[in-house]
Amino acid sequence: MSNNNTKPGFVQELVTLARTNMREYMMYIAFIIIMVFFAIQTDGGFLQARNIANLINQAGYVAVMAIGMTIILIICHIDLSVGYVAGFSGAVAAILMTKYHMNEWLAILVVLVLGLLIGLYQGLLVTKVGVPAFVTTLAGMFIFRGLLNLSLQDTGTIIIPNEGFKALSNGFIPDIFPNDKIHVLTLLIGVILVALMILSSVKERKNKIKYHFEVSSFPVFLLKQFIVAVVIMIVMWTLARYQGIPWTAVIVGVVLLIYNYMLNRTKLGRAIYGIGGNAQAAELSGINVQKVTLFAFCSVSLMASLGGILYTSRLQSATPTAGLGFEMDAIASSYIGGVAVSGGVGKVTNTIIGTLVIMSLTNGMNLMEIDISYQYIVKGLIFIIAVAFDVRSRRKK
Amino acid sequence: MTDYILEMQGIVKEFPGVKALNDVNFKVKRGEIHCLVGENGAGKSTLMKVLSGVYPYGSYTGDIRYNGEVQKFRKISDSEGKGIVIIYQELALIPELSIYENIFFGHEIMKGKSIDWNETITQARNMLGKVGLKADPSQPVKTLGVGNQQLVEIAKALSKDVKLLILDEPTASLNEDDSQNLLQLLRELKAQGVTCIMISHKLREITAIADTITVLRDGATITTMDATSRTIEEAEIIKYMVGREMDNIYPKRKKHAFGDIALELKNWTVVDPVKNREILHHIDLHVRKGEIVGIQGLMGAGRTELAMSMFGNPTGYRISTGKLFMDGRGVTLKHPKDAIRHGLAYVSEDRKGNGLFLGQDIRYNITISNLEELVDGLSINENEEIAIANDYKESINIKAPSIEQKVGNLSGGNQQKVQLAKWMFAKPNVLILDEPTRGIDVGAKYEIYSLMNRLVEQGMSIIMISSELPEVLGMSDRLYVMSEGTIAGELLTEDATEEKVMAMAVSS
Ligand SMILES: Nc1ncnc2c1ncn2[C@@H]1O[C@H](COP(=O)(O)OP(=O)(O)OP(=O)(O)O)[C@@H](O)[C@H]1O
Ligand SMILES: [Mg+2]
Repeated sequence: MSNNNTKPGFVQELVTLARTNMREYMMYIAFIIIMVFFAIQTDGGFLQARNIANLINQAGYVAVMAIGMTIILIICHIDLSVGYVAGFSGAVAAILMTKYHMNEWLAILVVLVLGLLIGLYQGLLVTKVGVPAFVTTLAGMFIFRGLLNLSLQDTGTIIIPNEGFKALSNGFIPDIFPNDKIHVLTLLIGVILVALMILSSVKERKNKIKYHFEVSSFPVFLLKQFIVAVVIMIVMWTLARYQGIPWTAVIVGVVLLIYNYMLNRTKLGRAIYGIGGNAQAAELSGINVQKVTLFAFCSVSLMASLGGILYTSRLQSATPTAGLGFEMDAIASSYIGGVAVSGGVGKVTNTIIGTLVIMSLTNGMNLMEIDISYQYIVKGLIFIIAVAFDVRSRRKK
Repeated sequence: MTDYILEMQGIVKEFPGVKALNDVNFKVKRGEIHCLVGENGAGKSTLMKVLSGVYPYGSYTGDIRYNGEVQKFRKISDSEGKGIVIIYQELALIPELSIYENIFFGHEIMKGKSIDWNETITQARNMLGKVGLKADPSQPVKTLGVGNQQLVEIAKALSKDVKLLILDEPTASLNEDDSQNLLQLLRELKAQGVTCIMISHKLREITAIADTITVLRDGATITTMDATSRTIEEAEIIKYMVGREMDNIYPKRKKHAFGDIALELKNWTVVDPVKNREILHHIDLHVRKGEIVGIQGLMGAGRTELAMSMFGNPTGYRISTGKLFMDGRGVTLKHPKDAIRHGLAYVSEDRKGNGLFLGQDIRYNITISNLEELVDGLSINENEEIAIANDYKESINIKAPSIEQKVGNLSGGNQQKVQLAKWMFAKPNVLILDEPTRGIDVGAKYEIYSLMNRLVEQGMSIIMISSELPEVLGMSDRLYVMSEGTIAGELLTEDATEEKVMAMAVSS
């Protein structure tokens, strides 16, 4: 591009960039608008360090569930049962820890295995028996809601005493040089993240140039890096002035890394996109469609269980109403994050932004003390606008 | 002065990174059959999409005059309203619906506020009569063969009161008989005053039917030839299409000795469990290392079913008797994955439905069936992947700005090349090609044939299924003729003539 004599100007290039990636940028812009709106409405309360940490802790369980959901949606299936699978998993964890006095880490492990088994059950129904995912998981909604109620019938809400378990969604990472001004490790992690990110983008850019792919011009590239670096550092700085990075963020970060790597760099990831794009061609290309589908169901239920653990930890108790409507938030996050309604397209990194959009709506409206009924309506509207916009912009191409 | 029904002038249409049409001039006389030819990616389909409003006014530059008036079509219904109907490269019928529902789909006959089904069926029967299709209008379209489905498409066009009918490669998936029928029908329509534009890569039928021939190359009009005043030779069209003389259509292959038997079927009988019917009966065939074996037969003779049943049986047929031997050892292939592992590859006839991932780029499509080779530990080695995809793009000449181009945006012929590259990369021992040159221009055909020669010279075996008899005769060393699920005969190519083969094909 750079040896072109009709070299486009800096601004010109930004405009083209914005136009071709409109879908993605719209999401960021919407997110920023939402943040600014709530910041104004709450006199800055929304952006306070304490609330940001809070937001992360609240969003964690939806984030992991949305990541699992993204995979399912890419391969053109759906899982409606995640909410009650999460609720039920939380209840099981609580019972194991209180009634059977099981060690919290062992209890978590057991619950995650339970999630896998649930996924296996639903996945086998879809792949081997051939029941559509919609029906299988709708039935799952009934079943796991029933199991949730049943397991808490005698005790009612179970309060969880285990400190380690509660820390998952309430605690923060420890500091290396404890002081009461700033969380050093958090800042350090921020710096490392920025360095890694810049390093990998530079490497990618070099590679692209080597193979004569189109890359953005150097100033635009710099600008992008700069913006991302600043955003990361602002978030880290804010968190560092409070109590540091919440454990939830660490958990979500690890899950995100694993899934992102899986989707972009492994055979399994290729297979997932392939099945979403054209299942028949995938089969004929030697992809075992059934196996991959089964994997996707196991993974989504596993993430539902993890979500259940995080939610239970957040509330420090297991309640019979846990899980209600979680699937809505998870599905909405994925779609707002740009998963195509027709399947085959989607990124887990964008799903996280989708989760942030949905959860900052919840958080902000809670701060403003808006009635829950209006909250649902607002979320629904934002959701449908995002999808309508997505469908339109895809059709144009 | 000549009476032109359509004049397109200075048409320019750009896609990101590609100038698909670059100042095209295209004029069609009223009442003629006008053939539009050109290499893959020359811009034929794009030109017709500009005309019909798929690409709306404003997304291209240049003038469209129809019946002398400048037109600004914003959507397909605008052009249809004026009697311009286009039948696309891919059929657009709804398989589950009946013939009459399909014919009037989108422009239903109304009585008051509800659909007048009686009138619909009467009209549909009328249209079927016009296109010469003897079928019950209430039959679901999926029960018809491709040839008859094509006729339904035309009936649908007629029901819209068509003045200018555009057919984009209508005979690409038709056999000889059905093609002849279709051409005859076009002549009849012409007699009734319908103007036709036909896109085709089959030069034989073009010279047979065209009144005027326009050649496009790289998005520009190269020439327009009048075929009514003199006969136009295929060679002349080819010369304009590819921009140079081409001596022979089939590249010569060095004579070489064949190796051991690479694949053999013995007593292969296959049952379709859904219809509970035997579809292939006691088939014996083999192919040696370094040999090209052709499988010829009419549409519906069971050739694709045969290929699928060998290739791990993704359609779920049951093999009731028989065995498949690879390199002399009996193998059971339960899934295409097993087949690929045993060195078998299958290039599907239905490249959009079964072959390609249209939403993904060239690189993804080429490497998907052999990712093992690119995996370091867990990750796919992307540098190596890019290098490989670029290699194939160069060596078989896939026309695209880069390997990051979405396959859905490539022209038909280039899509086919991507499919071939994909299976070459899987490095099979036996390559099954199902209609490998469907919808491909002469130049690209030559390249694909050369490629096949290169592969067999390296010791690969090729099974080529094709309904184009000249191609089978031109390329294979030996051929089987199939008829109604059996092998009706086997011939060495030296001994084969078109007459002999056709006699066998209709024998049982
Ligand atoms: N939607 C699109 N986006 C980008 N490029 C496109 C798109 N549609 C077509 N092209 C490009 O425009 C050129 C012309 O394509 P077109 O489909 O008109 O070719 P064609 O002459 O019909 O070829 P074929 O004989 O293979 O069907 C090709 O280079 C193709 O890759
Ligand atoms: Mg075309």
